[in-house]
Amino acid sequence: MSEMLANTSKGHIEVRNFSLAYETIEGPVQAVTDTQIHVKPGEFVSIVGPSGCGKSTLLNAVAGFLKPTTGVVTVDGERVNGPSAERGMVFQQYSLFPWKTVRENVEFGLKMRGMPSSQRERAARTLLGLAGLEAFEKQYPEKLSGGMKQRVGIVRALATGPKVLLLDEPFGALDAQTRVIMQQILTNMWQRLKISVLFVTHDIDEAIFLSDRVYCMTARPGSIKAEIPIPLERPRQQSMMMSSEFLALRRGLMSLIREESLKAMGGEITDLGMQGLNIELHGHSLADVI
Amino acid sequence: MSSPALVRQPEDSMPATALAEAGPSPAAITRPSTPPSFATLGLRWYRLNRAGLRAAAIGVISLLAFLLVWHLLTTYRVVFFVRFTNVPSPLAVYDSFVKAIHDPKFLMHILLSCRRIFIGFSLAAIVGVPLGLIMGRFKLVHEVIFPVAEVLRPIPAIAWVPMAIMLWPTNEQSIVFITFLGSFFPILVNTLHGMSLVDPVLVRAAQCLGARERSIFREVYFPASLPHIFTGLTVGMGVAWVSLIAAEMISGQYGIGYFTWEAYSLVQYADIALGMIAIGVLGLGSSLLIRGAGQLVMPWRST
Repeated sequence: MSEMLANTSKGHIEVRNFSLAYETIEGPVQAVTDTQIHVKPGEFVSIVGPSGCGKSTLLNAVAGFLKPTTGVVTVDGERVNGPSAERGMVFQQYSLFPWKTVRENVEFGLKMRGMPSSQRERAARTLLGLAGLEAFEKQYPEKLSGGMKQRVGIVRALATGPKVLLLDEPFGALDAQTRVIMQQILTNMWQRLKISVLFVTHDIDEAIFLSDRVYCMTARPGSIKAEIPIPLERPRQQSMMMSSEFLALRRGLMSLIREESLKAMGGEITDLGMQGLNIELHGHSLADVI
Repeated sequence: MSSPALVRQPEDSMPATALAEAGPSPAAITRPSTPPSFATLGLRWYRLNRAGLRAAAIGVISLLAFLLVWHLLTTYRVVFFVRFTNVPSPLAVYDSFVKAIHDPKFLMHILLSCRRIFIGFSLAAIVGVPLGLIMGRFKLVHEVIFPVAEVLRPIPAIAWVPMAIMLWPTNEQSIVFITFLGSFFPILVNTLHGMSLVDPVLVRAAQCLGARERSIFREVYFPASLPHIFTGLTVGMGVAWVSLIAAEMISGQYGIGYFTWEAYSLVQYADIALGMIAIGVLGLGSSLLIRGAGQLVMPWRST
């Protein structure tokens, strides 16, 4: 099973000179501008930023749903030209097929690949077992709780053995308790499958807790404001969120985002607590960041 | 790779919370091992279905009251704005019903009407549903067909009767054509509506899982539109009966609509009511059939 799923040392995402503009009646609106990001094979990278900064736009471009206005998106050197099963995606709204049972949802990608039904049934059962959902395989999604739905969503995205997993605020609709559990489950799956993950969230704690690296975006038009490595050791535990190391990272990221949120709202910034942070600047001057 | 490793949460007593989050496990729902007595089962069933039983009882009473009022109005030949002088009583209708079910001619009227509905409605569904799906998916088809459909749609099927007689060589064909027209537009419009409401995120999810155009059509657009398709079929079936009866009254030689109209011409008043009731029962039966088919095809929507 693990052999089928694990795509070891593959899944190198690169986004270069990326910008994306929407056409409107008043002319083009720049959503994302001059952005470079990368995800190394097996790395867990998050993108955080104020709402409307274009982080989801960026993710959708990596998924292949949006074409960059300039620049390129590549995965393992191959240019992204549209959605594909190589890049699994998990959506905030779960987006399970309501007319398919839990197992049929998980089987979907394998079915599209032409795998015979008995074989994909076995594969789906194993995967559901890993997520603790085997008892619910015959249920329709409507009957499930939000946390269960999103577990199915993740398992479905992983079933085809994609090179990378893209998640668009996947836990945004869940309550705090469920969210924490889902973060653990996702971490476990990621460590097991050694898959590259690009994770979009507005939750700073979530980003720090899960990631190897966090990109922080500026207010619209979005670009990368800072890249913050998260040196916390793994496996990570919930209690780590109280450590001074975690809190320092949190404080730093928080002020970066607050600054951008205020900018997005047209406000002024007064208080910044940037101490003890290792920030790589991306074409921004220090004054820009602090 | 064993499953516990994946859900293993060190410290923090995570497994307990993980279980709690999983919701009610199926084991918790199963009944206690000792089988309850027949009486307790009956009582439980009664408690669970009390509201339904109440509705059924009131429904029966209401129908009986309707029959009683009808009986009284006709027995005393009430004339109060409307005239019940010639209206047949329920008992007279029952008599003619008993006579009719032994009369092969009456059965043939019913069978013929059913056949016309079956052919006309099936054709409408076979043409209307795929056309709606294709129009919903391909802009050009929509742009070409939609204006024509919008112009023809408001014309009641009955207004088509003279044209239908001109168009089709036999009466039978023109009646089926009218029935087809009646049900075609509701089916088309509702299918189209269903297509326009398909959640684009589901389409994107399918694309991310490697689905191509054809699979997306079959696995996403079609099932997502099914609830609206069935709304269209239900409405279409109703309009099919309306159109059929009208067509039969005007140009038929057989059929339950013709039977009802003929009863009036032949001054057999009880048969008028019998024909009406037969039409009502047939209409009810056919819409129940569609509802049943809908539940069969969309198991995810039942309760």
